[in-house]
Amino acid sequence: MCLLGMTKTVLKNLFSGPTTERYPFVAKKFLSGTRGKVDIEIEKCIYCGICQRKCPTAAILVTKEPKTWAVNRMSCISCNACVEVCPKKCLALNVKYSACAEKPYQDSFGPEKPHA
Amino acid sequence: MSNRTVIPFGPQHPVLPEPIHLDLVVEDEKVIEAIPSIGFIHRGLEKLVEKKDFIDYVYVAERICGICSFIHGLTYCMAVEEVMKIEVPDRAQYLRTIWSELSRIHSHLLWLGLTADSFGFESLFMQSWRLRELILDIIEETTGGRVIFGSCKVGGARRDISSAKLDEIMKKLRSYQAEMNMIGEVFLNDVTVKHRMQGVGMLSKADAKSLGAVGPMLRASGVAMDIRMMGYASYGKIGFTPVVETAGDCYARCKVRIREIDASIDIIEKCVEMIKDGPIEVKVTGTPNGEFFARSEQPRGEAVYYAKANGTKFLQRLRVRTPTFANIAPLLATLKGCQLADVPVIVLTIDPCISCAER
Repeated sequence: MCLLGMTKTVLKNLFSGPTTERYPFVAKKFLSGTRGKVDIEIEKCIYCGICQRKCPTAAILVTKEPKTWAVNRMSCISCNACVEVCPKKCLALNVKYSACAEKPYQDSFGPEKPHA
Repeated sequence: MSNRTVIPFGPQHPVLPEPIHLDLVVEDEKVIEAIPSIGFIHRGLEKLVEKKDFIDYVYVAERICGICSFIHGLTYCMAVEEVMKIEVPDRAQYLRTIWSELSRIHSHLLWLGLTADSFGFESLFMQSWRLRELILDIIEETTGGRVIFGSCKVGGARRDISSAKLDEIMKKLRSYQAEMNMIGEVFLNDVTVKHRMQGVGMLSKADAKSLGAVGPMLRASGVAMDIRMMGYASYGKIGFTPVVETAGDCYARCKVRIREIDASIDIIEKCVEMIKDGPIEVKVTGTPNGEFFARSEQPRGEAVYYAKANGTKFLQRLRVRTPTFANIAPLLATLKGCQLADVPVIVLTIDPCISCAER
């Protein structure tokens, strides 16, 4: 039986800073293994489309003519499936997340003018 | 006889993390009967198995529950692997066990926080969740996700953990354990907390068995039943004894979960000692043909996955029985005769995860 079991913890809290991160005043520290947004080194890409076929949420759209690689950021679940199957190893998951948005948007890459 | 009144409890209620509706028939302040209704968040995930191939469905299985997500994915993989007669490498089995136990620790800490919140102990709630965040950081570092691990796949594991990292995790867990024990002491010894939980929501051993209770709800009533005793993943190799309490009240259920946190850390330590270098996955070829019942112990209790395949890349049928669904009948039995003010605490002691139950 104890009456004030939390006293030690409360006192410790009084003299230490807050546990929560002071975002946005302090930048968010990402852990090394975090699965954030998918990044592509577009100059290495051969537009084979394997990533598009293996994507469980159909977030990736690859076209050969014109050469474009696009990802719907809001559909992507950062599962790493595309990174695992890429034959040229040009895909990687960044530790940072994609930006917030009000509407679904996609990021397009390619040597030719990417479509919106 | 005084008048009976029906008081609706949920689906929106400050203590409920997820929507369940209970019609409480009360006489004065005493609950005479509770009539449940669920179905607010049914998503049809079992039907989705006909549209997603058996490899991709792991991502859906993990999303059945936001807390015990990893073990859902694991149980699905176990079912498919058994149908396809895939031998999963030892290292992957140990990794799966480590992640399962990390998932259990974070789920129990979440539950402790919610319970503290249900009887109005806000600072205890915040401290429990602060500790949970430290566990989530370990999970994020090793799997890449906080609650959706995404590290289990049919045939093994997606990611490996280096031995240096495993030792580091163990050191961290041992240092957090001291803090968790401090919080645990408050739950188990504080006068006010004891007043709210001791002798409340009694479930006898016979009732727990006959009503089909699972998980901590069952073990708090003195039944030593835990699916980990069957030895799936690497539990068979490390040797497992379940945590059992006999009182059968809310306090006993709380005690089971607090002791399970310590037990989980011990299991992780054994895994870290016994894990050997080796492959973490095997190549999966062909399509499944056959059927299997896979069972696993989630933080909330036993989950059952039934998978039936017909030789195509889509499963013909997937049936999931989640622990919360099994615990609703015992919950109704414990609610009978309790005080209205005790309802939130009793409802929370089954650790309700309604999105799991409705899928």
